[in-house]
Amino acid sequence: MRTQHIISIKDFDREGIDSLLDKAALIDRQKGRSDALNGKILATLFFEPSTRTRMSFESAIARLGGTTLSVGSVDACSMAKGETLADTIRVVSGYADAIVIRHPREGAARLAAEFSSVPVINAGDGAGQHPSQTLLDLYTIRQSMPIEGIDVALVGDLRYGRTAHSLAFALSLYGVRLHTLSPNGLELPETLSADLRESGMEIIAHDAIDDLIGEVDVLYVTRVQRERFPDSASYFNVSSSYRVTPEILTGAKEHLIILHPLPRVDEIDPRVDDSPHARYFEQSRNGVPVRMAMLREVMQ
Amino acid sequence: MKNAEAGDNEGLLVRRIKNGTVIDHIDGGEALNVVKILGITGTTQEALSIATNVQSKNMDKKDIVKLTNRELSKEEVNRIALISPKATINIIRNFKVVEKKGVEIPHLIEGIVRCPNPGCISNTNEPIRSRFEVHLKGLHCCYCDWMITKDLTSHII
Ligand SMILES: [Zn+2]
Repeated sequence: MRTQHIISIKDFDREGIDSLLDKAALIDRQKGRSDALNGKILATLFFEPSTRTRMSFESAIARLGGTTLSVGSVDACSMAKGETLADTIRVVSGYADAIVIRHPREGAARLAAEFSSVPVINAGDGAGQHPSQTLLDLYTIRQSMPIEGIDVALVGDLRYGRTAHSLAFALSLYGVRLHTLSPNGLELPETLSADLRESGMEIIAHDAIDDLIGEVDVLYVTRVQRERFPDSASYFNVSSSYRVTPEILTGAKEHLIILHPLPRVDEIDPRVDDSPHARYFEQSRNGVPVRMAMLREVMQ
Repeated sequence: MKNAEAGDNEGLLVRRIKNGTVIDHIDGGEALNVVKILGITGTTQEALSIATNVQSKNMDKKDIVKLTNRELSKEEVNRIALISPKATINIIRNFKVVEKKGVEIPHLIEGIVRCPNPGCISNTNEPIRSRFEVHLKGLHCCYCDWMITKDLTSHII
């Protein structure tokens, strides 16, 4: 059998996603513990820091009875000594039963899969793919409603935000209507929106959050990074105009859910946290059963 | 047997070759890119002649490349399709065309085109060759998903 890797959400079809989310739901119902991967070793190779993604994977393997091998820090790893990623992967795949990799370069996980003798899971490669994030986003939506045919708004930096790109792609498999709201210059890349439209997705661009709030079932908010703006005044102007507040939510559908890949800064008013719409902490928690399902998928 | 030289007028411009390959019906002005995509440089051994903007019956202007003592492989031939899909290949032995074929656009091209994305892992010292899938819309980088939709020749390594 070929070694199975999870590199990009685009490698999945809808049946593949549904089946993985079903397995995650089953794990969730069983209170998220088993010894399915007893004695297995997961290497977490993080060439750039992402403490939460890493903790989430480490929690997932621990709950399945396995253990983690991790590189102490980026400085300590051999990349700093000029070793190629290919060599690092060839060596580490001799130590572990699977590798989770995060790397600043796009396509790094695909390369790792080519050189690894054990399964590779992509935990983010540069501006590229981060499939576990997309899967847990879909999982969280599915907890509240069937994904088929709903209206989803993507708000924030849609140009550089890879979570938004991957999610938009995945939602296109479910006949979802997409609403977008982003600052000038941070719109969804033209090539991506053309691809999505070609696949049959309807995309509606909005100018203000008030315009879309009554129409959507899911409000997916992403961070707009300060460094995308020339000065902090223009950043503040933009970020405050996108801010989700309890006042904005008075116009929302009753079953609206709000998601955010976290960490948030100012995009969501903390007063929203107690509203029944807020699901972002649950979303983050869902990373564990979804990653458990992913690990079982490739390691069993 | 047909005349060993493909085309009609170019015989005046370029001498007939005894053995080798004649690449005919190259889109006008693309001959140098054809040479480039075949990896032929000033240091290669083969005698090479190029005729550009030759008047042709079926096309407005065409280019012709003649390579002495070298028969192109199928993979090399298909690279040409990326820049000049109407090109034809004539394999010449002892002044005779022994084989004439069109070019076929390949599904996958490796190591010929550089990914324009500076953040792509294929633009590092990793021991890999660039790899692109050929789509109707352009070339898709198998590593970073970048699409090259225009000006392909400027990305040839
Ligand atoms: Zn690339």
